[in-house]
Parts: sequence; C-alpha cells; structure tokens
Amino acid sequence: MLKFVAGRFLVSLAVAFTISFVTFFFLNIFTDPAQAVAGEEALFEEIEQIRTQYGFDRPILTRYFEWLGGIFTGDFGVSYYWNKPVGTLLLERAPQTIKLALMSVSVTIMVAIPLGIFAALNPNSIIDRFALSVAVSAQAIPNFWLGLILIIIFSVTFPIFPVSGDKTYYHFILPSVVLGTSSVPPVMRLMRTGLLDVINSDYIRTARSIGFSGWRLVTKHALRNAVLPIISVIAVQLGHKFGGSLITESVFAINGLGRLALLSILGADIPTVQILIFVFAITFIVFNLLSDILNAYLDPRLRL
Amino acid sequence: MILKYIFRHTNPDFLNRDLEKLTPKDIMFRKAIYHSGFKFGLLLLSTITFIGVFVPFFVDMSPYDQDISKRLLPPVWSEGGSWQYIFGTDGNGRDYLARIIYGTRVSLTIGIGAATVGMLIGVTLGVIAGYFGGIVDQVVSYILTCQLALPGILFLLTIISIVGSSLTVVILVIGVLHWTLFLVVTRAATQRIRNLDYITAANAIGARKTNIIFTDIIPNVLNQIIVIFTLEVGVAILAEATISFLGLGIQPPTPSWGVLIAEGKEAIFFQPWLIILPGIALFLLVISINMLGDGLRDITDPNTSIE
Repeated sequence: MLKFVAGRFLVSLAVAFTISFVTFFFLNIFTDPAQAVAGEEALFEEIEQIRTQYGFDRPILTRYFEWLGGIFTGDFGVSYYWNKPVGTLLLERAPQTIKLALMSVSVTIMVAIPLGIFAALNPNSIIDRFALSVAVSAQAIPNFWLGLILIIIFSVTFPIFPVSGDKTYYHFILPSVVLGTSSVPPVMRLMRTGLLDVINSDYIRTARSIGFSGWRLVTKHALRNAVLPIISVIAVQLGHKFGGSLITESVFAINGLGRLALLSILGADIPTVQILIFVFAITFIVFNLLSDILNAYLDPRLRL
Repeated sequence: MILKYIFRHTNPDFLNRDLEKLTPKDIMFRKAIYHSGFKFGLLLLSTITFIGVFVPFFVDMSPYDQDISKRLLPPVWSEGGSWQYIFGTDGNGRDYLARIIYGTRVSLTIGIGAATVGMLIGVTLGVIAGYFGGIVDQVVSYILTCQLALPGILFLLTIISIVGSSLTVVILVIGVLHWTLFLVVTRAATQRIRNLDYITAANAIGARKTNIIFTDIIPNVLNQIIVIFTLEVGVAILAEATISFLGLGIQPPTPSWGVLIAEGKEAIFFQPWLIILPGIALFLLVISINMLGDGLRDITDPNTSIE
C-alpha cells in the first residue's frame, strides 16, 4: 500500500512539473511578456528597456526555474494587469471558489445520490426512466445557458434570488445548482450501477433469505458497500469543480479564481494565467490522487 | 438500396426469424429497430441537420441583413410578433430565426471537425501504444495523465487568446484537447487484439506492421471509435458554444449559438427569448447526438440483448 501511494505521489509530482513546464514555455514563447507589461501603444525602445529591466532577455530556462523557485517560497510573481502580487490575488479570490465548489458538490450529492438509489431499487420503472432522462439532459445542457435560464426564472421573472454577486451565501445558491448539475450524471450512474451490483450479489440474497427486507436491508447492508466508490468519484468531481468554476463565476459575476482567470486571459496577464493553470491542475491532481488512494485502499487488486 | 435493406429487415417474416439465423449485421439492425433512444436521436438529429443545412438553400433568408428600424421585434407567439420574423429580431434588427438556423452549420462544422482532429490524434497514439507496448506505452500513458490534469476550458481559452480566433483555430484547438477517450478505447482494444491468433498469423506470413494495423486492428475497433466520435461531436459543440459565449471563440457577426447567447445576455431583463431560443437549439442538437451515440454503443455492443 505504501509503495502504491509513493508511486502515485511521484507520478503526480512529475505531472505537476510537466504541466508547469509546458504552460510556462507556451506562454512565454508565444507571447511577449515585455510587450504585455508595456501595453499596446508602447514604443520599441520602451519595450526593450522593460525587457532588460524585468529580466525578460535572459534564457527561458533560467526564468522558468526562477519562477518555479518563487512558487515554493511563496512568491508567485506580480500581475501587471491588476498591479498586485499574484499571491495576494489568489488569497483574495480563493474563498469564493472554494465556497462555490463545496456548495455545488453538495447539490450534486443531494440530487444524484437519492436519484441513483431510487433508480437502482426500482430498475426499469418510471423512477428509473426519470433518473436516466435527468442524467441525459444534464449532460446536454450548456452550463452557461443553464445559469442564464435560472437567472431569467428565479431572479428576473420571480425575484427570489439575486442576479449576481458573491456577498452572502444566498448569492451562491443558483451558481451551485448550475455547477452541481454537471456532476449529476456520472455520480448518479455510478450510484445506480454500484447499488444494482450489490443488490444482485450473494450476500444480499442471503440477508434477504434470513428475513431482512426493505429499507433496513438497503441502508444496513447494501448501501454501505455501494457508497464507498461514490466517495472517490465525488473527490474527482470536486477537482473538476475548480476548473469548471470559470464559466459559472463569469455568468454570476462571482469574484473567484475562475472569473479571475477569464479576466486575466482577456487582459493578457501572463503571470496570473500561468499560476492559475498551475493551481487548477494541482487541485485536480491532488483530488485524483486522494481518489486513487481511496480506491486502492478499498480494492487491493488496484495496488499493483 | 438502403430502402430495400430497410424493407427486407422490417418485414414480418424477417422479424420472426430465429436469432441463430441472423448475421451480426442483421442483429445490429434489429437492435436499432427496437432501440427507442437511438431512433429518437437519429430522427431529431436528421431534422436539425436538414433544417440547418438544406433549408437555407430553398428559403430566402439572411442571418446578416440588418434593419435598424426593426430592432428587438418579439417572436410570433408573444404580443406584437409577426409571421415575417417568427423568432423576432435581435438588437441589430437581424432575423433571429435565420441566425439560429445558420448557427446549426457553425456548430456542426466545429463539432465534426474537432472530433475528427481528436480522433486522428487519439487513435494514432492509441494504436501505437497498444501495438508496441513497453516504453512507448508508458510514454503515451504519461502524456494522457498530463492531458487529463490540464484545466480544459482555461487552457482552451488561453491558447485561443494567444493564437487568435478563427474557425480553423477553434476546430484545431478543441480537437487537440479532446482525444483522451479515443486513446483509451483504441489502446485497450489494440492490446486485446494484438495477442490473438490471427495477428500472430499475419505476423508469421510476414505482413507489414502498417498493414496489420490498418487491415486487422483498425476495423476491429471501428465500432467503438464511431461511438466515441459521436459523443465527442457533442462535447466539442458544447465547448465551442462556451468559449464563443465567453467572447474568445467564434467572433460576431458569425451566427454561432454561443455568440447569440452572449449578445442576448445584454437583453436578459426584457427580451429573454434571445437567450432561451439559441440555448434550446444547442440543447436539442447535443441531446440528439448524445442519444445517437449511446444508442450506437448499445447496438454495436455484442453483449447487449435485442430489445
């Protein structure tokens, strides 16, 4: 087990480095950081001056390792677009995104798990069909459009929720529904097939034969075995949420990391964009690692 | 010929024939006849494609002609609407129905184009990794792991903002970021097939590696590739709409549905149909493609039963 965890950890670390490397090179070769600092109308001499002043004329590998070293010592660089250290920007914006990610995963759990359970308990019934059509629709709905539709219904036509903003938890309800919807299909499908497998297994038949039935059977025996893989898939989905927050935060004007990413891209703010790609990749990698470890803990066959 | 085939397969004699007497193709066709999701998806997709691709040839309409005196006319079912502009007009006085219909072409072009690019990358890497194994396989798996960890939309937007946006760029970039499913499926299938007797036999008679790959391996994973391709068209269409909505994909005045929704966002309080209508078009197109893909998976899977 320890060997498995160590192996996975090393691979994750290597992936994180590769991504930081690729992102940094891509952004610094195909765009001119000096030009970005100087602005659109800068003269050639000004750009050249900035190039030497900020050290953009040094080899790209030197700059990459300097940047990477900066990340480890907490110096994330300075955003020319926001005129702030990127680290400060991240600290300001991260709470909103974390809040949104956690709330949207709660929405997913509240919708997908009951639907999956009921679908598995009554296969091929109306409930099962309904759950399946919810999954199929949720997969086809464009996230940003769902957000706008919810605003039209619940903020414009019936003013129940605020249109946009991030001041109170109330502001986060519609965005969480939007972001949570995209994770409903995989979680629901897994819950359904997992529980169906368990229900058809020998030990449940034995439990049934000695007189367990109904809810007691499901909650006490079946669910316990079906719910563990769900936890790992939810961890993966939580990793997705940070990257997925970009669209939702832009639609609802939440000042989180996702909106910061979009605005920085539009403002050609390379220092912020490259850190954000790295941060989103790291969160994804960490949650995936957790999920892998959990799966391996549950199923020794995966520890090879 | 197709009609003859359909006729032969739908007549009662054939439908009552024993399963043992059917060829695998016959079984697939019979599964298709009984698969309601597949039929629904196919019907809806054909309808949308017909309207989007062929109707503009016969009906006189333009998605670009502006008439400032006819700005923001409501659609026909609400008060003040007229049959001249069935879906009303947008903020520049353009026929909204025409813009939505022409948007189908943009979505389909990008969906099919990007899925093709993704397929070329994924299938090539998958066959190489599965067939050669060893260190090659490990390298490809590592690339896959890295690709999966990349924050998709953010990376997509970053690349497009640097390279500059055009139809070709959008297709290429979405395709380059959506090949992982193709890789996983082809790699697994190639690994499975590689050790079968008939590949050994082909090797023994001295067949070239490229020949083995193209004549013995690819045809055997083709069904799965088609299924993934269909589903990826849907994914690519959604990705295009998303980046166009955020302002970094297809640029106005090209009638991409993402662009239409972004333009409609300005009028969210008073003209909500400008957002609702293109979104419904997008939803219907993607859901029809997904149902077709899911249906194809069931039909081509030899382990599922008929009905």
